[in-house]
Amino acid sequence: MVEEEGFQRYLAHVILWIGIAIVAFPVYLALVASTQDNAVIANGQMSLLPGGHFLETYYQTLFVGTSGSTREPVLNMMLNSLIMALLIAIGKIAISIISAYAIVYFRFPFRMGIFWIIFITLMLPVEVRIYPTYKIVADLHLLDSYAGLSLPLIASATATLLFRQFFMTVPDELLEASRIDGAGPFRFFWDTLLPLSRTNMAALFVILFILGWNQYLWPLLITTRDDMQTIQVGIRKMITTTDALTEWPVVMATALLAMLPPVFVVVVMQKLFVRGLVETEK
Amino acid sequence: MRGLPVSEIMQKHAIFQSKLLPYALVAPQLAIVLIFFYWPALQAVIQSFLLQDAFGLSTSFVWFENYLELFKEPAYFAAIVRTFVFSFAIALSSLSFALLLAVMADKPLRGSMLYRTLLIWPYAVAPPVVGVLWVFMLHPSLGVLSRGLRGMGIDWNPLLNGDQAALLIILAAAWKQISYNFLFFLAGLQSIPKSVIEAAAIDGARPMRRFWTVIFPLLSPTIFFLLVVNIVYAFFDTFGIIDTMTRGGPGKATETLVYKVYTDGLLGGNLGSSAAQSVILMAIVIILTAIQFRFVERKVTY
Repeated sequence: MVEEEGFQRYLAHVILWIGIAIVAFPVYLALVASTQDNAVIANGQMSLLPGGHFLETYYQTLFVGTSGSTREPVLNMMLNSLIMALLIAIGKIAISIISAYAIVYFRFPFRMGIFWIIFITLMLPVEVRIYPTYKIVADLHLLDSYAGLSLPLIASATATLLFRQFFMTVPDELLEASRIDGAGPFRFFWDTLLPLSRTNMAALFVILFILGWNQYLWPLLITTRDDMQTIQVGIRKMITTTDALTEWPVVMATALLAMLPPVFVVVVMQKLFVRGLVETEK
Repeated sequence: MRGLPVSEIMQKHAIFQSKLLPYALVAPQLAIVLIFFYWPALQAVIQSFLLQDAFGLSTSFVWFENYLELFKEPAYFAAIVRTFVFSFAIALSSLSFALLLAVMADKPLRGSMLYRTLLIWPYAVAPPVVGVLWVFMLHPSLGVLSRGLRGMGIDWNPLLNGDQAALLIILAAAWKQISYNFLFFLAGLQSIPKSVIEAAAIDGARPMRRFWTVIFPLLSPTIFFLLVVNIVYAFFDTFGIIDTMTRGGPGKATETLVYKVYTDGLLGGNLGSSAAQSVILMAIVIILTAIQFRFVERKVTY
């Protein structure tokens, strides 16, 4: 091992703590602001230490919402975000794992063609097809619905590739063995392949849940009703263009509530998160 | 890591025989992909070659006229340049800071797992939330940091000053991406065999020299991979940051290509031009994805 001199080591600690401070400062500020009085903040007199309005602000945020722009309880927005995130994450995993199963364990005409059709969607992010997709969703009467929020995002080339890759490494003997036991394609998938894929599915779920929860452009376009708003869209509507009306403590509380679930997932399921990230992105 | 799917010759030998089942299995994904991905993309491509008259009564096929018009429009050209400037500024600032942190965290320090945890969580913060946090921190009248800037005699007002608004977007976007870059750099550093670094140390190379002559070159595939990912991020994922912070303004100082497609579409108006903008974005994604995959393949043989 290359030994580090004492000073080098000390320097490393200092730099890392500076990095952590830079990363954490905006969030600390939000936390502090969410406990202070709006009038004080609006005057530019905000203190860097927590104030005494914590319970009041969070109660208002969760159950009432802002008094001006959108009177929608943030708890409801969080519920919408949760439903959308779960539909996207579970939907992507479900349709990807069965596509990969078909592509790896069956031989059929257009097999590779279908694989490529799925693969190429990597190059069609929602940003490049927003308005035509909007039109289709509108024609299908899916605006302001959970199906509209999730369905157009549910295809996943990366998840399909990942499962395909994983199935390729599953020894052929397993299939032969379960065939001898009289298992058909459904039994083999359910009893053998799914249990083996558990870790991959979990890692993927962590990443896709964060991805789903953090969707912004798409929900912004297709939700018009306040009660269908996701939290990411809701927070934007809270910042009014006339600054004087923005209720900063509520906005900051909403910001913290919006990051709570995905950050919690990253911190608590760090191993799965890192694994999922590295495997899906490369 | 995966290479291009075609390059894999590996195939299963043990398979199931069924004529219909495999189609039923791919059907859900295929349906979604065709309805919500290919159909709209195709619509955009077709639309981009058509021109509607002022009343929307008739459309005619105009070849590349929409594209030519677009490139003649100074605002579009400016948006292209701006998007590239943003991308490189975001990528370079975020990458260099993340690399510094990763090199430090790679040292055998006490509490290195804690450091990692404390540095990776911003990955999970959504772009619009990042925008809200930064706009609050650097708001001209009530931002905590703005007080300090004014104290230093800087006339800080990103609501009016376009360059300052652009800087704000770049900083906020780079901030969010630090954690992602940090994780991949750390993984890259940890995959460099310690023996290589030891050998350099035995040869008497000081830490700085060791870094630039040994570690940095070995890290170049990771750097290149991250550069592409960061550019894609800056192109597409900054939408939420821009929308909550500046909404493209002041003027058009923070209007990127994606943001322009969005606002032009909201205003309605020229369908053909809007479609042409989408198709150009598609082309950019295709190029970036192709670069990424070419590189990934090379990295496998590295």
